[in-house]
Amino acid sequence: MVTVRLNVNGVAHEGRCEPRKLLADFIREDLGLTGTHVGCEHGICGACTIMFNGEAARSCIMLAVQADGAELMTVEGLMRDGKLHPLQEAFREHHGLQCGFCTPGMLITALDLLRTNPSPTDREIREGISAVLCRCTGYQGIVNAVRAAAPTLVAGR
Amino acid sequence: MARREDGRFLTGQGSYVDDYRPARLLYAAFLRSPHAHARVVRIDASAALTLPGVAAVLTGEDLARSAKPVRAASKTPAVKVTSFPPLALGKVRHVGEAVVMVAAESRYVAEDAVERILVEYEPIPVVTDMEGALRPESPLLHDEAGTNLLVSREFARGDVDEALAGAALVVRERFRFHRHTPVCMENRGCLAEYATGSGTLTLRSSAQCPGLVRDVLSDLLDMPEHRIRVIAADVGGGFGAKASLYPEEIATCVMARRLGRPVKWIGDRREDLLATTHAWDEIVEAELGVDRDGAIVGLRAQVTADVGAYSIYPWTAAIEPVQTISFLPGPYRVPTYRGRTRGVATCKAPLGPYRGVGRPPAVFVIEGLMDRAARQLGLDPTEIRLRNFVRDEEFPYKSPSGIVWDRSSFTASLLRACEALDYAAVRAEQARARAAGRWLGVGVASYVELTGIGSAIPVSPGMPIATGTEAATIRFDPAGKVTAVFGVASHGQGLETTLAQIVADEVGVPIDDVRVIHGDTEVSPYGTGTYASRSLVLAGGAAILAGRAVREKMLVIAGHLLEADPADVVMTDGRWAVRGMLDRSVAAREIARAAYTGARRLPTGLEPGLEATRFYDPYYGTASNATHVAVVELDRETCAVKPLRYVVVEDCGRMVNPLIVDGQVHGGVAQGLGAALLEEIVYDDQGQLLSGTLMDYVVPSACEVPWMEVHHLETPSPVALGGFRGMGEGGTIGAPAAIANAVADALVPLGIEIAELPVTPDRLFRLIEHARARG
Repeated sequence: MVTVRLNVNGVAHEGRCEPRKLLADFIREDLGLTGTHVGCEHGICGACTIMFNGEAARSCIMLAVQADGAELMTVEGLMRDGKLHPLQEAFREHHGLQCGFCTPGMLITALDLLRTNPSPTDREIREGISAVLCRCTGYQGIVNAVRAAAPTLVAGR
Repeated sequence: MARREDGRFLTGQGSYVDDYRPARLLYAAFLRSPHAHARVVRIDASAALTLPGVAAVLTGEDLARSAKPVRAASKTPAVKVTSFPPLALGKVRHVGEAVVMVAAESRYVAEDAVERILVEYEPIPVVTDMEGALRPESPLLHDEAGTNLLVSREFARGDVDEALAGAALVVRERFRFHRHTPVCMENRGCLAEYATGSGTLTLRSSAQCPGLVRDVLSDLLDMPEHRIRVIAADVGGGFGAKASLYPEEIATCVMARRLGRPVKWIGDRREDLLATTHAWDEIVEAELGVDRDGAIVGLRAQVTADVGAYSIYPWTAAIEPVQTISFLPGPYRVPTYRGRTRGVATCKAPLGPYRGVGRPPAVFVIEGLMDRAARQLGLDPTEIRLRNFVRDEEFPYKSPSGIVWDRSSFTASLLRACEALDYAAVRAEQARARAAGRWLGVGVASYVELTGIGSAIPVSPGMPIATGTEAATIRFDPAGKVTAVFGVASHGQGLETTLAQIVADEVGVPIDDVRVIHGDTEVSPYGTGTYASRSLVLAGGAAILAGRAVREKMLVIAGHLLEADPADVVMTDGRWAVRGMLDRSVAAREIARAAYTGARRLPTGLEPGLEATRFYDPYYGTASNATHVAVVELDRETCAVKPLRYVVVEDCGRMVNPLIVDGQVHGGVAQGLGAALLEEIVYDDQGQLLSGTLMDYVVPSACEVPWMEVHHLETPSPVALGGFRGMGEGGTIGAPAAIANAVADALVPLGIEIAELPVTPDRLFRLIEHARARG
């Protein structure tokens, strides 16, 4: 067993786990943050995407020990003062989710896209979110949501 | 209206099966067969049992002592009934079949244990080719059936042989719609808890049909139904994949009952691709005869489906092949028809329902034949369809397979689609592109589907259960808020929103005052679940009936409180008032409070309380139709197909929530497009799965899906309450055909027809090279 110290959504955590424990499992089981979902465990579907030291990363193909000392943000960290993040609001308004399973990874991925490209074209939005598979929406509601949220995020900076 | 379930999904507070972690939980893992066909000679789990943290190991023989084998019974002799043991008994019939189950303190340890189990197999010859499996010398999967032909059925109308012999033109093709799989983003999983003190079993499962699972578990585990609770809380997509009973659900219940501890199994993606039901996988040989004007004179077809190793419960192996042959005539007047269908067992994962069931291949075939006929007659593809659609004045129309189409908008949907696309302009652009050497194509597909099926028609022929009804309970609490409980189960469709909208309208309260509960057999009235585009029609209909019953009682109570004749009470602006005297009114909450206050506040003899449960059976069910038009361009270098435009004109009757309808169409089209261009389950000739990761089984990303233009016609269903028509599957039904026809249209200069889906770049490359070699 090894000790992992990390900061998740602004809160310091310390846990002990086997060295082989996946970061996604550590987040879900040891930290109890079940908003991060596991869809493939081979780095394709993107449901497990989290912010890792400020960049989107797949938590299903990282070990928890690799996150020792890291700053993470999961979907649970998006709300501020009990209010939805503008991106969450946009997903709701534009029907950017159906079953909700890919949604946490999709939100984090879209946030990462808008961080690096604050006013993307539709093509760039599609490329940006192509790191996450959604089987329900055909992506149209998601593209609409990301496009709509972009100016709000810029204004909020 | 935005969805009411979104708040929890957006904040990471959904409650999927894997999010539950009760005390003393054990985690399960399955050892799965590496062989496609083999006898299980010996299982030695001793090394697994000595591993610290391992609680128990379960083999097929252990399980058979605690649960009956699954047999998807059938009332029709067209289906051979075979057993599907939850853990292999005696032999394995496909790679990935569950053989041994382990329960341990963590999934990690459970997987370690699986690696320590020794299973001695004796391989037997494998059959993976559905036509080869019909030969007398073929290895037999199920000795009890005596044949690999598990399903055989025929539909006929008139003398098709004579009609085709006299036709001006007969077009024929051997179509191949390859094997696919639904790929829900949430893998299947379940969690069973057995309370030894009370003798109750609770199964949380990623299931579309909690009621159906509860009923069958009662039989298999020999427990009364009222001691079994099946909960499908939040489910990460279903698409039909989660509509069947699965071996892991039974094994997990047996393990939990044996150990008296909660046991959870969460499948990984490999298990999903290996052991979740696959789809479609059919060869269709079909001939269409038309007269000089393009009017259909007859259709003759044979469907052969590779149903895989097992007949699944409750749908049986018949669901796909029979559905395909039933819907082959499409929205057209087909005066003579003979459709034969066969379901053949092979050493692959079982075939099950997937969005559209049978109709994606059926529409691919009939729409492909219509285009072939049009090309040979020099007709535009839209023209030949308009000449053959069942006309508006011909509804209700009985199709050659016996399905009755109620009033639909076949012609209107096509005309509207052409208008939305600006069909003439696109054809002109195509002519310019063609002159410039570009491969640009336009594909049209029209279809009609049966939705919201009632008790008159089994969802799958001969199936052992009844699926024609659903119920709603609507209950006011004394504070005037409403709880509405349903036996259906939402897994992305937004039923918590749409059903709340219907209830709110019926009982006259704001939607925020309605809470919808679904997917829990302990609290809901009897029902099976969500599948076959039925939930809004059946549960929505039940909501209307229950809402009316509640409203009638509210009128009586309001009349009493207002000292007026209930016949004079009207519901207006959320208040209940005396007609013509709107200042004399009460709020719903006052009526509700009175209802629970008892005799002092109620008319003499009126039963206290304010709730109603009503069942709804739409009997035959209703029809939904659409026309899809795709414009694609083929890359001459890479043979990739790029969709440029995609137009859908669909008719799902009265829409409750247009945003949700659009979302269903978008998702359905994306899946149909994946089926047409990217996705394919591939086995080698030894039955090894070659597409066992999401790198190999390619689900469309946002880059592959085009912008979709969705338009609606709202022809209210004349037969379903509320005028609703089901619409969960249509997108996937129309898209493969529209894409295939567009690709063929692009390649008209080369004389290439598309008879095989998915039409991947390598297949297209071969077709093009072959056509060029032909000159």
